[in-house]
Amino acid sequence: MNLESRTPSGPLAQKWDRHRAEIKLVNPANKRKYEIIVVGSGLAGASAAASLAELGYRVKCFCFQDSPRRAHSIAAQGGINAAKNYQNDGDSVYRLFYDTIKGGDFRAREANVYRLAQVSVNIIDQCVAQGVPFAREYGGTLANRSFGGAQVSRTFYARGQTGQQLLLGAYQALSRQIGAGAVKMFPRTEMLDLVVADGAARGIVARDLVSGKIEAHSAHAVVLATGGYGNAYNLSTYARGSNATAIWRAHRKGALFANPCYTQIHPTCIPVSGDYQSKLTLMSESLRNDGRVWVPKRKEDSGKPPASIAEEDRDYYLERLYPSFGNLAPRDISSRAAKRVCDEGRGVGPSGLGVYLDFSDAISRLGHKVVEERYGNLFDIYKEITGENAYDVPMRIYPAIHYTMGGLWVDYNLMSNVPGLFVAGEANFSDHGANRLGASALMQGLADGYFVLPYTIGGYLATQKPGAALPADHAEFRKSIEDVGTRTRRLLSVNGSRTADSFHKQLGRLLWEKCGMARNRQGLTEALKAIPALREEFWQNVRVPGCGEELNQALERAGRIADYFELAELICLDALTREESCGGHFREEFQTDEGEALRDDEKFAFVSAWEFKGLNGSGHWDLHKEPLAYEEVHMSQRSYK
Amino acid sequence: MNVSLRVWRQKGPGTQGCFETHEARDLNPDMSFLEMLDVVNERLAVEGKDPIAFDHDCREGICGMCSCVINGEPHGPEFKVATCQTYMRSFRDGDTITIEPFRSRAFPVLRDLVVNRSSFDRIIQAGGFVSVPTGSAPDGNAIPVSKEIADLAMDAAACIGCGACVAACKNGSAMLFVAAKVSQLNILPQGKPEKDRRVLRMVQAMDAEGFGNCSNTYACEAACPKGISVNFIARMNRDYAVALLKNKPA
Repeated sequence: MNLESRTPSGPLAQKWDRHRAEIKLVNPANKRKYEIIVVGSGLAGASAAASLAELGYRVKCFCFQDSPRRAHSIAAQGGINAAKNYQNDGDSVYRLFYDTIKGGDFRAREANVYRLAQVSVNIIDQCVAQGVPFAREYGGTLANRSFGGAQVSRTFYARGQTGQQLLLGAYQALSRQIGAGAVKMFPRTEMLDLVVADGAARGIVARDLVSGKIEAHSAHAVVLATGGYGNAYNLSTYARGSNATAIWRAHRKGALFANPCYTQIHPTCIPVSGDYQSKLTLMSESLRNDGRVWVPKRKEDSGKPPASIAEEDRDYYLERLYPSFGNLAPRDISSRAAKRVCDEGRGVGPSGLGVYLDFSDAISRLGHKVVEERYGNLFDIYKEITGENAYDVPMRIYPAIHYTMGGLWVDYNLMSNVPGLFVAGEANFSDHGANRLGASALMQGLADGYFVLPYTIGGYLATQKPGAALPADHAEFRKSIEDVGTRTRRLLSVNGSRTADSFHKQLGRLLWEKCGMARNRQGLTEALKAIPALREEFWQNVRVPGCGEELNQALERAGRIADYFELAELICLDALTREESCGGHFREEFQTDEGEALRDDEKFAFVSAWEFKGLNGSGHWDLHKEPLAYEEVHMSQRSYK
Repeated sequence: MNVSLRVWRQKGPGTQGCFETHEARDLNPDMSFLEMLDVVNERLAVEGKDPIAFDHDCREGICGMCSCVINGEPHGPEFKVATCQTYMRSFRDGDTITIEPFRSRAFPVLRDLVVNRSSFDRIIQAGGFVSVPTGSAPDGNAIPVSKEIADLAMDAAACIGCGACVAACKNGSAMLFVAAKVSQLNILPQGKPEKDRRVLRMVQAMDAEGFGNCSNTYACEAACPKGISVNFIARMNRDYAVALLKNKPA
């Protein structure tokens, strides 16, 4: 297979402009003769659907929630990066580009990241014009805050609800197009298969989650903007409904899956409290601007109340280990540091899996009121969940699965190896390498949807004949409907003794232990044996109540969990194959003397793109490699000291 | 702790529903309310019974998908908290807890505790936006907005679109939801050009969906998980009156 990234030639800073000037166009009168399906209505999906409809294409947009406004982008708290340099602190497009490449541990595609940094400034303009109420200074200009992995202040925010406000901006733009009849919205509808005919993506098969009806939808191009796959781990900061089924079904239809082992573990989440737990809640990274992370210096002190531990007996380990970035060290590094101090027995809280995030210094420096203004809603959430008041006692935090950098492989145009199948936002692999910096997910989702896809999809459609899309009763659609129906009936007919959720918990624990914050050959090899066995048991012994022709939430979940087994196997296979440590992928065998990730650029400076070859006992995949060639930056050992 | 649940069960939109009793045993007070329902549903599924259908997604109080009425109160007993952020420590051992869907003519029940709130989406589609196509925006700092105005707009924009305001209102009015969006956009300079058109169209859409009228009982604000102020309703009424006067039908 030829993995052609289609990165334009020319100097890095001119690639995107040059590409835009050369890309083929669809004439305005012809645009309405093309149909585009957008699956997902988060930042990437909603912004793409709205922008494509504004251009004149006919768009169909799908989401599994009851309204496009509920997509999980809404839960992003801290902010969105942009190289505006409004603070005059030395920021630039190049610096944002470089921080993102370095933050990703030199495992992202250079040209994509540069484009991301370029369009970041347009995103802020667009969102301001939509009425997104960003934080302001008294003079009326936009305010900024700092975020992990950067030494400039370039993060724009709307209290602790930046994702909500940006998503509502995109949702409102989408709503305008729905009202105008340019977008047809399908809420409570879940994509269960991608339809490929004559070598190109021609549509999807989806289930109406209210009636249970399985239907075909055809189009000239399909965009998947369905988010990440972190819920394979069961406990995560994802919404309960976030799932990998759309990208996994596309993968099974030929789309390559890139870098599945690059998972992000966020350092500041509320620790696990019990077996019944359904999700973990993030405490925004922005808290690390003013909060100080510490554990007791001595193991014996870890059970004592924090106030009783004297200043000289506290280990502010991030400030000690990474003096120049301190508490704002990137996520992968902070998470591993927390794991290390807990492994040493210095963790706090009932489980011993926790570290303190302490605001007492900030409160005495800035006053209660200012801290409340900056983080009040986060302190409220913390109190709702733990019953503790973080103004008085330090928060307890621990790392949790939060984001997946891997995803479907795409070229520079965000098109997968299946022609006509585009992938945007967290669902693709393109911009964050092996680790994502804070406030960059919102940036990427909106960059893809507002400013990349509207151009690149046009370039693809210009090569396609305008007019009617493939009829929905075409043989490939009929076959796909049949396959989806068979699978649904199979799930319902096993009639075993265990619920799908109980399998999900077991799979999640296994993944977290063997392929979480630290991985090694032995653990991954064990996981690669255990996962297929568990999948086998699932298909023998799962019990899914109800029937397929009704609103059946247990059936929805069972279908998603069935896909996680296959995906989990690929995550572990990728982690085993990548014999180096980089970003969020930490192999214990490959570390520096100081315990930092040790890359092997000679052997592993490539994107792993996996091709699905079928299930036979265990899963089978072929590995394709896209070499990462850096024209502008020099690959170096990442240092935040 | 143990509690007894009286849960509304209803197969579909057209069918008749009824309360069903289920016991929830050996609960941890630190469980969330929805995790308690998960535990009950796991048991029902193993017993081959239909689990209780309920809407939820983010489980951190921001997506607005969860929507139960608990002991007569939308989103339950805690002030400014959504159902998903309600914890069992808010109840006592041995309590009987009544769980119903949000009830309103404009929110038909789809199944058990799941309702259809697409009427809210249609109100936004009628005018809850700034008409600014992608690519046509000036520089972000070219539109100065004072901190006070930005903060006020943010207060209104914090609405999560859950519909608790409607469920709490004896008239089933959606005034708080609509006023929050109208106010956010009408306060900001970016939204001024469409100010009149927006409020007229959104109010018209609200009425067409079958929501009731506002009689100023403020039950909506009390039930709102984000504490959206009823002052925005007054603000919208003023915008509406002005728009009506300025745009008298010919």
